[in-house]
Amino acid sequence: MSDALVQARGLRKCFGDIEAVSGIDVDVRPGEAFGFLGPNGAGKSSAMRMIGCVSPRTAGELQVLGLDPDVDGPRIRARLGVVPQQDNLDTELSVRDNLHVYGRYFGLSRAAVRAKATELLDFAQLTDRASDKVEPLSGGMKRRLTIARSLVNDPELMLLDEPTTGLDPQARHLLWDRLFRLKQQGVTLILTTHYMDEAEQLCDRLVVMDGGLIVAEGSPGDLIARYSSREVLELRFAPGEQHGQRAAVDELAERLEELPDRLLLYTTDGERALSAAHQRGVRPVSSLVRRATLEDVFLRLTGRSLVD
Amino acid sequence: MTGVIEAPAPGRGGPLLRILPPALYAGRARMLMLRSSLAYKRAWLTIFSGFFEPLFFLVAMGEGLGSLVGDLPGPGGRPLSYAAFIAPGLLAASAMNGAVYDSTFNIFFKLRYARLYDAVLATPLGPVDIALGEIGWALVRGGLYSAGFLGVMTGLGLITSPWGLLALPAALLVAFAFGAVGMAATSFMRSWQDFDLVQLAVLPMFLFSATFFPLSVYPPGLQWVVQAFPLYHAVELMRGLTNGVVGWGLLGHLAYFVVMAAFGVVVASRRLTALLLR
Ligand SMILES: Nc1ncnc2c1ncn2[C@@H]1O[C@H](COP(=O)(O)OP(=O)(O)O)[C@@H](O)[C@H]1O
Ligand SMILES: [Mg+2]
Repeated sequence: MSDALVQARGLRKCFGDIEAVSGIDVDVRPGEAFGFLGPNGAGKSSAMRMIGCVSPRTAGELQVLGLDPDVDGPRIRARLGVVPQQDNLDTELSVRDNLHVYGRYFGLSRAAVRAKATELLDFAQLTDRASDKVEPLSGGMKRRLTIARSLVNDPELMLLDEPTTGLDPQARHLLWDRLFRLKQQGVTLILTTHYMDEAEQLCDRLVVMDGGLIVAEGSPGDLIARYSSREVLELRFAPGEQHGQRAAVDELAERLEELPDRLLLYTTDGERALSAAHQRGVRPVSSLVRRATLEDVFLRLTGRSLVD
Repeated sequence: MTGVIEAPAPGRGGPLLRILPPALYAGRARMLMLRSSLAYKRAWLTIFSGFFEPLFFLVAMGEGLGSLVGDLPGPGGRPLSYAAFIAPGLLAASAMNGAVYDSTFNIFFKLRYARLYDAVLATPLGPVDIALGEIGWALVRGGLYSAGFLGVMTGLGLITSPWGLLALPAALLVAFAFGAVGMAATSFMRSWQDFDLVQLAVLPMFLFSATFFPLSVYPPGLQWVVQAFPLYHAVELMRGLTNGVVGWGLLGHLAYFVVMAAFGVVVASRRLTALLLR
């Protein structure tokens, strides 16, 4: 047996005729932040729910914390912290009671849970809202409370399903900061996201998922180096006009991608490609030279954008 | 600070749980009851209101209608005042109502809208913990109504036997059975409209289960139908105990509720598993 906290081989999940996860291999090592990056419907949540022992697998092998979810679900769940895609806080309870009761579900004593709730309220920056109900909290606060709740049992492994989807940039950065702290404390994180910046910020290693399958695997830097050039020149045109310009710039780049309103030129030197394009009489509405991102990796692998 | 987390013991529990896979039960159902008690911390009035309903019936019908009706034959043929006749029926009905309302409307909301149980299932708890915990709370609620009403009956001198003390545990069993079947039924409901069916089951049962008049007023065919209703058995049980007319027949009524409770818990747990652990 390896020391992987999660080990999946040929893991599959079907809902009737729909195959949500079509056979994936995953190894998550202790202490790392591991990501599932993919668009909506890629099968990320289905994979997370199987790892979280709340969804029986259709086929394949799965071990979580060295145990089989089919046999030892409760024992595994006792050591996990789960942040589901949709908040499911207890709307009938106050902020503090949400933490208190959740701790009791895990079998913590009343005294232990009282101290823990105070500590976690501080972590989530919700101490002054402790006796409020959950409903009036902002989206970011609810998310922080959900993360705090998932920490009540001092989990060895955290599962975060789209932790920052739907939050404004400020709330996202606050959350990222909290997740960084957890990582520094040695908690293993598994997260899903369809934001490439989130994956780049948080993940040591990730798999790119599309249509229930893993299409690539590596660290964000690896993936970019493997599937993209260092720089990208974006030439923006009025929608539809980009196609006519293709031929003119084709040989300026190692690779070229066409989106509805722009051409992406993959090259090691974006500025040089830009002046070359100008010399050839190409007049885009605007242009931009940037570093390659995971978005470019995804585009390369699937021919589509991550966020639609 | 770290608290010690006890490993849940899979497979704990009585024979009932042998029908259900052990991984579905962590033996912590009481934590859901704790949760309910915290949720109701600020809503005791809601619970309180249910206490008055049978009281109103007792006053309006027992005193008002009773003055026209006169005495009725009670258990063992003994004549009873009308109020003394209907009081045990209302006691049984309050145990039923408290449990049914809690296990239908409230649980439907938690199941379909609040996603409460999804959150619970991410912890070591399983569907059996949820079913037992929620039915347990329905029992508490039904039990509170019954206890309150028993107090009123005592005050009005409507309990004529020390056997009446056993009416409370009997009411708890009745509440548990109704709560269990209510939760099982709720797991099949798809929209709020389906709750008209609950009304359709509860109201006729309340009116016709020998609550307000003796079984003998019905033609024989209909008597069989009424005797199939669970509330009929609860009414007979309460009437026997509060009047001290105790025989082996009461054990039959008790057995009815034991079977009903077991059936409800098993169905509710299996349905929760099918709905939530997909
Ligand atoms: N409970 C379910 N019942 C039926 N289909 C489902 C269910 N959950 C997910 N799916 C389907 O499985 C596919 C993958 O969904 P999901 O795992 O939620 O993807 P992601 O989290 O990457 O957006 C989708 O086509 C979705 O419609
Ligand atoms: Mg998802």
